[in-house]
Amino acid sequence: MSQIVVEDLVKRFRISERDPGMMGAVRGLFRRRYQTVDALDGVSFSIEPSELVGYIGPNGAGKSTTVKVMSGILVPDSGRCEILGRVPWRRRNEHVKELGVVFGQRTQLWWDLPVIESFDLLRDIYRIPRVEYVANRDEFVEVLGIEACLDVPVRQLSLGQRMRCDLAAALLHSPAILFLDEPTIGMDAVSKIAFREFIKRFNEERGTTVILTTHDMDDIEVICDRVMVISDGMIISDGKLEDLRKKVSIERRLVVELEDGAVPAVHPRAVIAGSERGRVDIRFDPDVVSATELISDVTSRNRVRDIFVENPPIEELIARIYEGQGR
Amino acid sequence: MSSYWAILSARFRSLLQYRAAALAGLMTQVFWGLIRVMIFQAFYRSSNAEQPMSGSDVETYIWLGQAFLAALPWNVDTDLRAMIRTGGIGYELVRPVDLYSYWFSRALAWRTAPMLMRAVPLLVFAFVLMGMSPPVSLGAGLAFAVSMCAAIMLSAAMTTFLNVTMLWTIAGDGVMQLTFGLIMIFSGMLVPLPLFPDWSQPVINAMPFRGLVDTPYRLYLGHIPLSEFAGVLAHQLFWIMAFLIAGRIAMASALRKVVVQGG
Repeated sequence: MSQIVVEDLVKRFRISERDPGMMGAVRGLFRRRYQTVDALDGVSFSIEPSELVGYIGPNGAGKSTTVKVMSGILVPDSGRCEILGRVPWRRRNEHVKELGVVFGQRTQLWWDLPVIESFDLLRDIYRIPRVEYVANRDEFVEVLGIEACLDVPVRQLSLGQRMRCDLAAALLHSPAILFLDEPTIGMDAVSKIAFREFIKRFNEERGTTVILTTHDMDDIEVICDRVMVISDGMIISDGKLEDLRKKVSIERRLVVELEDGAVPAVHPRAVIAGSERGRVDIRFDPDVVSATELISDVTSRNRVRDIFVENPPIEELIARIYEGQGR
Repeated sequence: MSSYWAILSARFRSLLQYRAAALAGLMTQVFWGLIRVMIFQAFYRSSNAEQPMSGSDVETYIWLGQAFLAALPWNVDTDLRAMIRTGGIGYELVRPVDLYSYWFSRALAWRTAPMLMRAVPLLVFAFVLMGMSPPVSLGAGLAFAVSMCAAIMLSAAMTTFLNVTMLWTIAGDGVMQLTFGLIMIFSGMLVPLPLFPDWSQPVINAMPFRGLVDTPYRLYLGHIPLSEFAGVLAHQLFWIMAFLIAGRIAMASALRKVVVQGG
Protein backbone atom coordinates (compact mmCIF):
# COMPACT_ATOMS: atom_id res chain seq x y z
CA MET A 1 0.00 0.00 0.00
CA SER A 2 1.12 3.54 -0.59
CA GLN A 3 2.68 5.46 2.25
CA ILE A 4 0.22 8.31 1.94
CA VAL A 5 -3.30 7.82 0.70
CA VAL A 6 -5.68 10.73 0.35
CA GLU A 7 -9.13 10.13 -1.06
CA ASP A 8 -11.85 12.59 -1.82
CA LEU A 9 -10.87 14.96 0.95
CA VAL A 10 -13.31 17.79 1.61
CA LYS A 11 -12.79 20.68 4.00
CA ARG A 12 -15.00 23.73 4.25
CA PHE A 13 -14.41 26.84 6.27
CA ARG A 14 -17.04 29.23 7.46
CA ILE A 15 -15.81 32.77 7.27
CA SER A 16 -17.75 35.53 8.98
CA GLU A 17 -18.43 38.57 6.88
CA ARG A 18 -19.57 42.03 7.66
CA ASP A 19 -20.61 45.03 5.67
CA PRO A 20 -18.03 47.78 5.43
CA GLY A 21 -18.28 50.98 7.43
CA MET A 22 -19.61 51.88 10.83
CA MET A 23 -23.15 50.63 10.23
CA GLY A 24 -21.81 47.32 9.01
CA ALA A 25 -19.68 46.99 12.12
CA VAL A 26 -22.64 47.73 14.38
CA ARG A 27 -24.87 45.30 12.52
CA GLY A 28 -22.13 42.71 12.81
CA LEU A 29 -22.42 42.89 16.59
CA PHE A 30 -25.91 41.46 16.44
CA ARG A 31 -26.09 39.37 13.35
CA ARG A 32 -23.22 37.56 11.73
CA ARG A 33 -23.28 36.48 8.15
CA TYR A 34 -21.15 33.58 7.12
CA GLN A 35 -19.69 32.57 3.84
CA THR A 36 -18.62 29.02 3.15
CA VAL A 37 -15.33 28.45 1.40
CA ASP A 38 -14.45 25.07 -0.04
CA ALA A 39 -10.80 24.82 0.86
CA LEU A 40 -10.64 21.23 -0.30
CA ASP A 41 -13.21 19.97 -2.73
CA GLY A 42 -12.50 16.28 -3.26
CA VAL A 43 -8.73 15.96 -3.24
CA SER A 44 -7.26 12.54 -3.98
CA PHE A 45 -3.71 11.32 -4.47
CA SER A 46 -1.32 8.70 -3.20
CA ILE A 47 2.37 8.93 -2.53
CA GLU A 48 4.96 6.16 -2.35
CA PRO A 49 7.85 6.06 0.10
CA SER A 50 10.81 8.33 -0.71
CA GLU A 51 8.99 10.31 -3.39
CA LEU A 52 9.83 14.00 -3.79
CA VAL A 53 6.55 15.70 -4.50
CA GLY A 54 5.98 19.33 -5.31
CA TYR A 55 2.55 20.63 -4.42
CA ILE A 56 1.74 23.90 -6.08
CA GLY A 57 -1.20 26.16 -6.67
CA PRO A 58 -2.24 29.79 -6.32
CA ASN A 59 -2.79 31.36 -2.91
CA GLY A 60 -5.89 30.00 -1.24
CA ALA A 61 -6.04 26.95 -3.50
CA GLY A 62 -5.86 24.52 -0.59
CA LYS A 63 -2.17 23.59 -0.42
CA SER A 64 -1.66 24.40 3.23
CA THR A 65 -5.03 22.97 4.17
CA THR A 66 -4.02 19.65 2.64
CA VAL A 67 -0.72 19.72 4.51
CA LYS A 68 -2.50 20.53 7.76
CA VAL A 69 -4.95 17.68 7.29
CA MET A 70 -2.08 15.32 6.59
CA SER A 71 -0.29 16.61 9.69
CA GLY A 72 -3.31 15.84 11.84
CA ILE A 73 -3.84 19.50 12.69
CA LEU A 74 -7.12 19.87 10.83
CA VAL A 75 -9.97 17.40 10.71
CA PRO A 76 -11.54 17.22 7.24
CA ASP A 77 -15.31 17.31 6.76
CA SER A 78 -15.24 14.12 4.73
CA GLY A 79 -12.89 11.88 2.83
CA ARG A 80 -10.13 9.52 3.74
CA CYS A 81 -6.53 10.19 4.69
CA GLU A 82 -4.17 7.48 5.80
CA ILE A 83 -0.50 7.92 6.38
CA LEU A 84 1.58 4.85 7.19
CA GLY A 85 -1.75 3.15 7.77
CA ARG A 86 -2.89 5.69 10.36
CA VAL A 87 -5.54 8.36 10.27
CA PRO A 88 -3.57 11.47 11.27
CA TRP A 89 -6.14 13.21 13.47
CA ARG A 90 -7.26 10.02 15.24
CA ARG A 91 -3.88 8.76 16.34
CA ARG A 92 -2.15 12.08 16.48
CA ASN A 93 0.72 11.23 18.80
CA GLU A 94 1.88 8.10 16.97
CA HIS A 95 1.36 9.83 13.66
CA VAL A 96 3.34 12.99 14.35
CA LYS A 97 6.37 11.01 15.54
CA GLU A 98 6.87 9.94 11.93
CA LEU A 99 6.52 13.47 10.71
CA GLY A 100 8.87 16.39 10.25
CA VAL A 101 7.27 19.75 9.48
CA VAL A 102 8.58 23.12 8.36
CA PHE A 103 6.12 25.97 7.95
CA GLY A 104 7.71 28.92 6.19
CA GLN A 105 7.66 32.30 7.95
CA ARG A 106 7.14 30.62 11.30
CA THR A 107 9.55 28.90 13.54
CA GLN A 108 9.44 25.84 15.72
CA LEU A 109 12.45 27.07 17.64
CA TRP A 110 12.02 28.81 20.96
CA TRP A 111 12.34 32.49 20.29
CA ASP A 112 14.27 33.44 23.42
CA LEU A 113 16.54 30.43 23.68
CA PRO A 114 19.78 29.58 21.88
CA VAL A 115 19.17 27.23 18.96
CA ILE A 116 20.95 24.34 20.64
CA GLU A 117 18.51 24.46 23.55
CA SER A 118 15.58 24.14 21.17
CA PHE A 119 17.28 21.11 19.65
CA ASP A 120 17.77 19.59 23.10
CA LEU A 121 14.15 20.27 23.92
CA LEU A 122 13.02 18.49 20.76
CA ARG A 123 15.24 15.57 21.76
CA ASP A 124 13.29 15.33 25.01
CA ILE A 125 9.89 15.84 23.38
CA TYR A 126 10.46 13.18 20.73
CA ARG A 127 12.48 11.01 23.14
CA ILE A 128 15.20 10.63 20.55
CA PRO A 129 17.85 8.12 21.61
CA ARG A 130 21.04 9.89 22.58
CA VAL A 131 23.27 8.32 19.90
CA GLU A 132 20.81 9.03 17.11
CA TYR A 133 20.30 12.59 18.33
CA VAL A 134 23.98 13.43 18.47
CA ALA A 135 24.66 11.83 15.07
CA ASN A 136 21.78 13.67 13.40
CA ARG A 137 22.51 16.98 15.05
CA ASP A 138 26.19 16.94 14.18
CA GLU A 139 25.50 15.94 10.60
CA PHE A 140 22.83 18.61 10.03
CA VAL A 141 24.88 21.30 11.70
CA GLU A 142 27.78 20.57 9.39
CA VAL A 143 25.86 20.13 6.14
CA LEU A 144 23.56 23.10 6.69
CA GLY A 145 26.41 25.28 7.93
CA ILE A 146 24.72 26.39 11.14
CA GLU A 147 27.59 25.82 13.53
CA ALA A 148 27.83 29.51 14.31
CA CYS A 149 24.09 29.83 14.99
CA LEU A 150 23.85 27.22 17.72
CA ASP A 151 24.57 29.44 20.71
CA VAL A 152 22.63 32.42 19.41
CA PRO A 153 19.06 33.11 20.59
CA VAL A 154 16.69 32.46 17.72
CA ARG A 155 15.37 36.03 17.66
CA GLN A 156 18.82 37.25 16.64
CA LEU A 157 19.19 34.98 13.61
CA SER A 158 18.65 36.08 10.04
CA LEU A 159 15.72 34.49 8.22
CA GLY A 160 17.98 32.26 6.14
CA GLN A 161 19.87 31.06 9.18
CA ARG A 162 16.68 30.49 11.10
CA MET A 163 15.05 28.47 8.34
CA ARG A 164 18.12 26.27 8.05
CA CYS A 165 17.97 25.70 11.81
CA ASP A 166 14.26 25.03 11.48
CA LEU A 167 14.90 22.40 8.84
CA ALA A 168 17.44 20.70 11.08
CA ALA A 169 14.95 20.84 13.96
CA ALA A 170 12.29 19.15 11.83
CA LEU A 171 14.56 16.21 11.04
CA LEU A 172 16.30 15.50 14.35
CA HIS A 173 13.96 12.61 15.08
CA SER A 174 14.57 11.00 11.66
CA PRO A 175 10.97 11.25 10.43
CA ALA A 176 9.75 9.04 7.59
CA ILE A 177 7.88 11.94 6.01
CA LEU A 178 8.79 15.60 5.71
CA PHE A 179 6.26 18.35 4.98
CA LEU A 180 7.68 21.64 3.80
CA ASP A 181 5.07 24.37 3.56
CA GLU A 182 6.52 27.28 1.59
CA PRO A 183 9.88 26.91 3.30
CA THR A 184 11.95 29.15 1.06
CA ILE A 185 9.80 32.28 1.30
CA GLY A 186 11.98 35.29 1.84
CA MET A 187 15.23 33.35 1.86
CA ASP A 188 18.36 34.69 0.21
CA ALA A 189 19.85 32.82 -2.74
CA VAL A 190 22.67 31.18 -0.76
CA SER A 191 20.32 29.87 1.91
CA LYS A 192 17.89 28.63 -0.73
CA ILE A 193 20.57 26.65 -2.49
CA ALA A 194 21.85 25.15 0.77
CA PHE A 195 18.28 24.32 1.74
CA ARG A 196 17.44 22.58 -1.55
CA GLU A 197 20.67 20.63 -1.74
CA PHE A 198 20.19 19.44 1.78
CA ILE A 199 16.67 18.20 1.09
CA LYS A 200 17.72 16.33 -2.03
CA ARG A 201 20.63 14.74 -0.27
CA PHE A 202 18.60 13.83 2.77
CA ASN A 203 16.01 12.17 0.58
CA GLU A 204 18.64 10.19 -1.30
CA GLU A 205 20.46 9.03 1.80
CA ARG A 206 17.53 8.24 4.05
CA GLY A 207 14.63 7.68 1.71
CA THR A 208 12.49 10.26 3.47
CA THR A 209 9.34 11.19 1.60
CA VAL A 210 9.17 14.93 0.96
CA ILE A 211 6.11 16.98 0.17
CA LEU A 212 6.90 20.56 -0.69
CA THR A 213 4.47 23.39 -1.24
CA THR A 214 5.99 26.46 -2.76
CA HIS A 215 5.61 29.40 -5.09
CA ASP A 216 9.24 29.22 -6.07
CA MET A 217 9.44 27.20 -9.26
CA ASP A 218 13.18 26.74 -8.85
CA ASP A 219 12.43 24.76 -5.70
CA ILE A 220 10.28 22.45 -7.78
CA GLU A 221 12.75 22.12 -10.62
CA VAL A 222 15.67 21.36 -8.35
CA ILE A 223 13.96 19.15 -5.80
CA CYS A 224 10.87 17.46 -7.13
CA ASP A 225 10.28 14.45 -9.36
CA ARG A 226 6.56 14.79 -9.31
CA VAL A 227 4.30 17.83 -9.30
CA MET A 228 0.72 18.07 -8.13
CA VAL A 229 -1.20 21.19 -9.02
CA ILE A 230 -4.18 22.26 -6.95
CA SER A 231 -6.62 24.99 -7.81
CA ASP A 232 -9.87 25.89 -6.06
CA GLY A 233 -9.59 22.86 -3.82
CA MET A 234 -9.18 20.37 -6.63
CA ILE A 235 -6.13 18.60 -8.01
CA ILE A 236 -5.96 19.62 -11.64
CA SER A 237 -2.73 17.98 -12.59
CA ASP A 238 -0.54 15.28 -11.10
CA GLY A 239 2.52 13.75 -12.72
CA LYS A 240 6.13 14.17 -13.68
CA LEU A 241 7.40 17.66 -14.32
CA GLU A 242 8.19 16.74 -17.95
CA ASP A 243 4.71 15.36 -18.43
CA LEU A 244 3.25 18.54 -17.05
CA ARG A 245 5.31 20.47 -19.55
CA LYS A 246 4.11 18.32 -22.42
CA LYS A 247 0.52 18.48 -21.32
CA VAL A 248 0.32 22.21 -21.03
CA SER A 249 2.51 23.27 -23.80
CA ILE A 250 3.50 21.29 -26.77
CA GLU A 251 5.01 24.48 -28.05
CA ARG A 252 8.80 24.70 -27.88
CA ARG A 253 11.15 27.56 -28.42
CA LEU A 254 14.15 27.70 -30.69
CA VAL A 255 16.46 30.58 -29.99
CA VAL A 256 18.71 31.58 -32.86
CA GLU A 257 21.52 34.12 -32.88
CA LEU A 258 22.50 35.33 -36.33
CA GLU A 259 25.85 36.64 -37.63
CA ASP A 260 24.40 39.68 -39.31
CA GLY A 261 21.49 40.32 -36.96
CA ALA A 262 19.01 40.13 -39.81
CA VAL A 263 15.57 38.64 -39.51
CA PRO A 264 15.95 35.05 -40.59
CA ALA A 265 14.09 33.19 -43.22
CA VAL A 266 12.17 30.51 -41.43
CA HIS A 267 10.41 27.26 -42.08
CA PRO A 268 6.78 27.91 -43.06
CA ARG A 269 5.38 25.93 -40.10
CA ALA A 270 7.29 27.85 -37.43
CA VAL A 271 6.53 31.31 -36.11
CA ILE A 272 8.84 34.12 -35.14
CA ALA A 273 7.63 35.24 -31.75
CA GLY A 274 10.08 38.07 -31.32
CA SER A 275 13.62 39.24 -31.82
CA GLU A 276 15.93 41.25 -29.71
CA ARG A 277 19.52 42.33 -30.42
CA GLY A 278 20.10 39.64 -32.98
CA ARG A 279 18.50 36.88 -30.90
CA VAL A 280 15.42 35.52 -32.54
CA ASP A 281 12.79 33.57 -30.71
CA ILE A 282 11.09 30.98 -32.88
CA ARG A 283 8.08 29.02 -31.64
CA PHE A 284 7.26 25.64 -33.08
CA ASP A 285 5.14 22.59 -32.45
CA PRO A 286 7.35 19.48 -32.31
CA ASP A 287 4.51 17.32 -33.60
CA VAL A 288 4.32 19.37 -36.79
CA VAL A 289 7.95 20.08 -37.38
CA SER A 290 10.69 18.30 -35.45
CA ALA A 291 13.46 20.24 -33.74
CA THR A 292 16.18 18.66 -35.93
CA GLU A 293 14.25 19.47 -39.09
CA LEU A 294 13.77 23.06 -38.01
CA ILE A 295 17.40 23.49 -36.98
CA SER A 296 18.75 22.17 -40.27
CA ASP A 297 16.27 24.38 -42.07
CA VAL A 298 17.31 27.50 -40.19
CA THR A 299 21.05 26.80 -40.47
CA SER A 300 20.79 26.13 -44.20
CA ARG A 301 19.03 29.41 -44.89
CA ASN A 302 20.91 31.72 -42.49
CA ARG A 303 24.37 32.38 -41.13
CA VAL A 304 23.87 31.20 -37.58
CA ARG A 305 26.21 32.02 -34.70
CA ASP A 306 24.37 30.15 -31.98
CA ILE A 307 21.26 28.04 -31.77
CA PHE A 308 19.47 26.20 -28.96
CA VAL A 309 16.10 24.73 -28.03
CA GLU A 310 14.46 25.92 -24.85
CA ASN A 311 11.65 24.61 -22.69
CA PRO A 312 9.15 27.22 -21.69
CA PRO A 313 9.89 28.43 -18.15
CA ILE A 314 7.91 26.62 -15.53
CA GLU A 315 6.21 29.78 -14.26
CA GLU A 316 4.65 30.16 -17.68
CA LEU A 317 3.39 26.58 -17.58
CA ILE A 318 1.82 27.06 -14.22
CA ALA A 319 0.22 30.31 -15.20
CA ARG A 320 -1.28 28.57 -18.18
CA ILE A 321 -2.70 25.74 -16.10
CA TYR A 322 -4.28 28.19 -13.68
CA GLU A 323 -5.74 30.21 -16.52
CA GLY A 324 -7.12 27.15 -18.25
CA GLN A 325 -8.82 26.19 -15.03
CA GLY A 326 -10.39 29.60 -14.60
CA ARG A 327 -12.17 29.45 -17.91
CA MET B 1 7.30 12.83 32.30
CA SER B 2 10.70 13.97 31.17
CA SER B 3 9.42 15.76 28.06
CA TYR B 4 7.03 17.89 30.10
CA TRP B 5 9.78 18.66 32.56
CA ALA B 6 11.95 19.71 29.60
CA ILE B 7 9.21 22.03 28.36
CA LEU B 8 8.73 23.56 31.77
CA SER B 9 12.43 24.09 32.17
CA ALA B 10 12.85 25.59 28.69
CA ARG B 11 10.01 28.02 29.22
CA PHE B 12 11.37 28.88 32.64
CA ARG B 13 14.79 29.65 31.22
CA SER B 14 13.42 31.76 28.42
CA LEU B 15 11.32 33.78 30.88
CA LEU B 16 14.30 34.42 33.13
CA GLN B 17 15.72 36.51 30.31
CA TYR B 18 13.17 39.23 30.90
CA ARG B 19 15.08 40.91 33.68
CA ALA B 20 14.09 44.48 32.82
CA ALA B 21 10.43 43.51 33.01
CA ALA B 22 11.09 41.89 36.37
CA LEU B 23 12.79 45.01 37.67
CA ALA B 24 9.99 47.25 36.45
CA GLY B 25 7.43 44.89 37.95
CA LEU B 26 9.31 44.87 41.22
CA MET B 27 9.32 48.67 41.47
CA THR B 28 5.62 48.87 40.63
CA GLN B 29 4.78 46.23 43.19
CA VAL B 30 6.79 47.99 45.93
CA PHE B 31 5.05 51.23 45.08
CA TRP B 32 1.57 49.70 45.11
CA GLY B 33 2.39 47.85 48.29
CA LEU B 34 3.26 51.12 50.00
CA ILE B 35 0.06 52.77 48.82
CA ARG B 36 -2.10 49.84 49.90
CA VAL B 37 -0.43 49.68 53.30
CA MET B 38 -1.02 53.42 53.81
CA ILE B 39 -4.67 53.12 52.83
CA PHE B 40 -5.23 50.33 55.33
CA GLN B 41 -3.31 52.19 58.06
CA ALA B 42 -5.59 55.18 57.55
CA PHE B 43 -8.61 52.92 57.58
CA TYR B 44 -7.56 51.20 60.82
CA ARG B 45 -6.72 54.51 62.54
CA SER B 46 -10.07 56.03 61.66
CA SER B 47 -12.10 53.24 63.22
CA ASN B 48 -12.27 51.90 66.75
CA ALA B 49 -14.56 49.01 65.90
CA GLU B 50 -13.02 45.60 66.23
CA GLN B 51 -11.83 44.29 62.86
CA PRO B 52 -11.75 40.65 61.78
CA MET B 53 -8.02 40.99 61.12
CA SER B 54 -5.36 43.00 62.96
CA GLY B 55 -3.61 45.92 61.27
CA SER B 56 -0.22 44.24 61.25
CA ASP B 57 -1.71 41.04 59.83
CA VAL B 58 -3.24 43.06 57.01
CA GLU B 59 0.14 44.61 56.25
CA THR B 60 1.85 41.22 56.06
CA TYR B 61 -1.03 39.95 53.92
CA ILE B 62 -0.49 42.87 51.57
CA TRP B 63 3.26 42.33 51.27
CA LEU B 64 2.76 38.63 50.59
CA GLY B 65 0.30 39.64 47.91
CA GLN B 66 2.77 42.05 46.34
CA ALA B 67 5.54 39.46 46.44
CA PHE B 68 3.50 36.71 44.77
CA LEU B 69 1.41 38.93 42.49
CA ALA B 70 2.94 37.50 39.32
CA ALA B 71 1.75 34.03 40.32
CA LEU B 72 -1.88 35.08 39.80
CA PRO B 73 -3.55 33.91 36.58
CA TRP B 74 -3.88 37.51 35.46
CA ASN B 75 -2.80 37.13 31.85
CA VAL B 76 -2.57 34.65 29.01
CA ASP B 77 0.73 33.30 27.75
CA THR B 78 1.92 35.95 25.30
CA ASP B 79 3.96 33.43 23.30
CA LEU B 80 0.94 31.23 22.82
CA ARG B 81 -1.15 34.22 21.87
CA ALA B 82 1.38 35.20 19.21
CA MET B 83 1.43 31.62 17.95
CA ILE B 84 -2.33 31.46 17.73
CA ARG B 85 -2.44 34.75 15.84
CA THR B 86 0.24 33.87 13.33
CA GLY B 87 -0.57 30.20 12.89
CA GLY B 88 2.68 29.08 14.52
CA ILE B 89 0.34 27.08 16.72
CA GLY B 90 0.53 24.46 13.98
CA TYR B 91 3.90 23.44 15.37
CA GLU B 92 2.38 22.87 18.81
CA LEU B 93 -0.06 20.44 17.26
CA VAL B 94 2.54 18.27 15.54
CA ARG B 95 4.40 17.29 18.69
CA PRO B 96 4.04 13.76 20.00
CA VAL B 97 2.96 14.96 23.43
CA ASP B 98 -0.30 15.35 25.24
CA LEU B 99 -1.09 18.93 24.29
CA TYR B 100 -2.89 19.72 27.52
CA SER B 101 0.01 18.58 29.68
CA TYR B 102 2.35 20.42 27.36
CA TRP B 103 0.44 23.67 27.81
CA PHE B 104 0.08 23.09 31.52
CA SER B 105 3.86 22.78 31.81
CA ARG B 106 4.22 26.04 29.91
CA ALA B 107 1.69 27.70 32.18
CA LEU B 108 3.45 26.49 35.28
CA ALA B 109 6.69 28.05 34.09
CA TRP B 110 4.82 31.18 32.98
CA ARG B 111 3.44 31.57 36.52
CA THR B 112 6.57 30.71 38.48
CA ALA B 113 9.52 32.27 36.65
CA PRO B 114 8.35 35.91 36.77
CA MET B 115 7.00 35.39 40.28
CA LEU B 116 10.29 34.08 41.65
CA MET B 117 12.27 36.92 40.12
CA ARG B 118 10.06 39.44 41.89
CA ALA B 119 9.22 37.60 45.10
CA VAL B 120 12.69 37.18 46.51
CA PRO B 121 13.81 40.82 46.44
CA LEU B 122 10.35 42.04 47.43
CA LEU B 123 10.19 39.80 50.49
CA VAL B 124 13.66 40.94 51.53
CA PHE B 125 12.52 44.53 51.19
CA ALA B 126 9.33 43.93 53.17
CA PHE B 127 11.08 42.06 55.98
CA VAL B 128 13.98 44.45 56.36
CA LEU B 129 12.35 47.82 55.80
CA MET B 130 8.61 47.36 56.31
CA GLY B 131 8.54 45.20 59.40
CA MET B 132 6.73 42.32 57.74
CA SER B 133 6.31 39.47 60.21
CA PRO B 134 7.50 35.87 59.69
CA PRO B 135 5.02 32.95 59.74
CA VAL B 136 3.32 32.70 63.09
CA SER B 137 4.75 29.23 63.76
CA LEU B 138 6.84 26.58 62.04
CA GLY B 139 3.65 24.62 61.34
CA ALA B 140 2.03 27.69 59.84
CA GLY B 141 5.11 28.22 57.69
CA LEU B 142 4.96 24.67 56.35
CA ALA B 143 1.20 24.86 55.79
CA PHE B 144 1.78 28.12 53.91
CA ALA B 145 4.45 26.49 51.73
CA VAL B 146 2.18 23.57 50.82
CA SER B 147 -0.81 25.80 50.23
CA MET B 148 1.28 28.22 48.15
CA CYS B 149 2.32 25.33 45.89
CA ALA B 150 -1.35 24.43 45.54
CA ALA B 151 -2.11 28.09 44.77
CA ILE B 152 0.46 28.04 41.96
CA MET B 153 -0.97 24.80 40.57
CA LEU B 154 -4.44 26.33 40.70
CA SER B 155 -3.15 29.42 38.95
CA ALA B 156 -1.46 27.31 36.26
CA ALA B 157 -4.67 25.30 35.74
CA MET B 158 -6.66 28.55 35.39
CA THR B 159 -4.03 30.03 33.07
CA THR B 160 -4.15 26.93 30.89
CA PHE B 161 -7.92 27.17 30.77
CA LEU B 162 -7.65 30.82 29.68
CA ASN B 163 -4.99 29.90 27.11
CA VAL B 164 -7.33 27.27 25.70
CA THR B 165 -10.14 29.81 25.32
CA MET B 166 -7.86 31.67 22.91
CA LEU B 167 -8.33 28.81 20.47
CA TRP B 168 -11.84 30.21 20.03
CA THR B 169 -11.41 33.91 20.58
CA ILE B 170 -7.93 34.28 19.02
CA ALA B 171 -7.16 37.39 21.05
CA GLY B 172 -8.16 36.44 24.55
CA ASP B 173 -8.42 40.07 25.70
CA GLY B 174 -12.12 40.00 26.52
CA VAL B 175 -11.97 36.81 28.55
CA MET B 176 -8.89 38.11 30.30
CA GLN B 177 -10.49 41.37 31.39
CA LEU B 178 -13.52 39.56 32.72
CA THR B 179 -11.49 37.14 34.79
CA PHE B 180 -8.99 39.78 35.89
CA GLY B 181 -11.68 41.66 37.81
CA LEU B 182 -13.02 38.50 39.42
CA ILE B 183 -9.58 37.38 40.46
CA MET B 184 -8.51 40.72 41.93
CA ILE B 185 -11.66 41.06 44.02
CA PHE B 186 -12.41 37.52 45.10
CA SER B 187 -8.88 36.21 45.67
CA GLY B 188 -8.20 38.79 48.37
CA MET B 189 -5.68 40.66 46.29
CA LEU B 190 -7.54 43.97 46.52
CA VAL B 191 -8.94 43.72 50.04
CA PRO B 192 -8.15 40.78 52.37
CA LEU B 193 -11.16 38.47 52.28
CA PRO B 194 -11.86 38.51 56.07
CA LEU B 195 -12.69 42.20 55.68
CA PHE B 196 -15.58 41.45 53.32
CA PRO B 197 -19.12 41.55 54.81
CA ASP B 198 -20.19 38.47 56.74
CA TRP B 199 -23.08 37.68 54.41
CA SER B 200 -20.69 37.39 51.47
CA GLN B 201 -18.30 34.99 53.17
CA PRO B 202 -20.04 31.70 52.19
CA VAL B 203 -20.06 32.73 48.52
CA ILE B 204 -16.47 33.92 48.60
CA ASN B 205 -15.36 30.79 50.38
CA ALA B 206 -16.96 28.55 47.80
CA MET B 207 -15.39 30.30 44.82
CA PRO B 208 -12.04 29.09 43.53
CA PHE B 209 -10.24 32.44 43.72
CA ARG B 210 -9.48 32.51 47.44
CA GLY B 211 -7.24 29.48 46.85
CA LEU B 212 -4.86 31.74 44.94
CA VAL B 213 -4.19 34.30 47.67
CA ASP B 214 -6.29 34.25 50.78
CA THR B 215 -5.83 30.60 51.78
CA PRO B 216 -2.02 30.47 51.84
CA TYR B 217 -1.60 33.96 53.31
CA ARG B 218 -3.98 33.37 56.18
CA LEU B 219 -2.30 30.06 56.95
CA TYR B 220 0.94 32.06 57.14
CA LEU B 221 -0.63 34.50 59.57
CA GLY B 222 -2.26 31.76 61.62
CA HIS B 223 -5.55 33.46 60.80
CA ILE B 224 -6.65 30.08 59.50
CA PRO B 225 -5.65 27.70 62.31
CA LEU B 226 -3.74 24.54 61.45
CA SER B 227 -6.77 22.50 62.46
CA GLU B 228 -8.53 23.85 59.36
CA PHE B 229 -5.56 23.25 57.07
CA ALA B 230 -6.86 19.98 55.60
CA GLY B 231 -10.20 21.58 54.78
CA VAL B 232 -8.83 24.62 52.96
CA LEU B 233 -6.27 22.51 51.14
CA ALA B 234 -9.07 20.22 49.98
CA HIS B 235 -10.88 23.28 48.66
CA GLN B 236 -7.80 24.24 46.65
CA LEU B 237 -7.31 20.68 45.35
CA PHE B 238 -10.97 20.46 44.36
CA TRP B 239 -10.69 23.58 42.23
CA ILE B 240 -7.38 22.49 40.74
CA MET B 241 -9.06 19.29 39.57
CA ALA B 242 -12.09 21.22 38.33
CA PHE B 243 -9.95 23.51 36.17
CA LEU B 244 -7.79 20.64 34.92
CA ILE B 245 -10.88 18.78 33.77
CA ALA B 246 -12.57 21.86 32.32
CA GLY B 247 -9.37 22.77 30.49
CA ARG B 248 -9.04 19.31 29.01
CA ILE B 249 -12.64 19.24 27.85
CA ALA B 250 -12.36 22.72 26.36
CA MET B 251 -9.16 21.82 24.58
CA ALA B 252 -10.54 18.58 23.15
CA SER B 253 -13.56 20.39 21.80
CA ALA B 254 -11.47 23.28 20.42
CA LEU B 255 -9.12 20.91 18.60
CA ARG B 256 -12.01 19.23 16.88
CA LYS B 257 -12.86 22.42 15.07
CA VAL B 258 -9.66 24.35 15.19
CA VAL B 259 -8.82 26.60 12.29
CA VAL B 260 -5.17 27.37 12.03
CA GLN B 261 -4.68 30.97 11.05
CA GLY B 262 -2.84 31.95 7.94
CA GLY B 263 -1.07 30.10 5.15
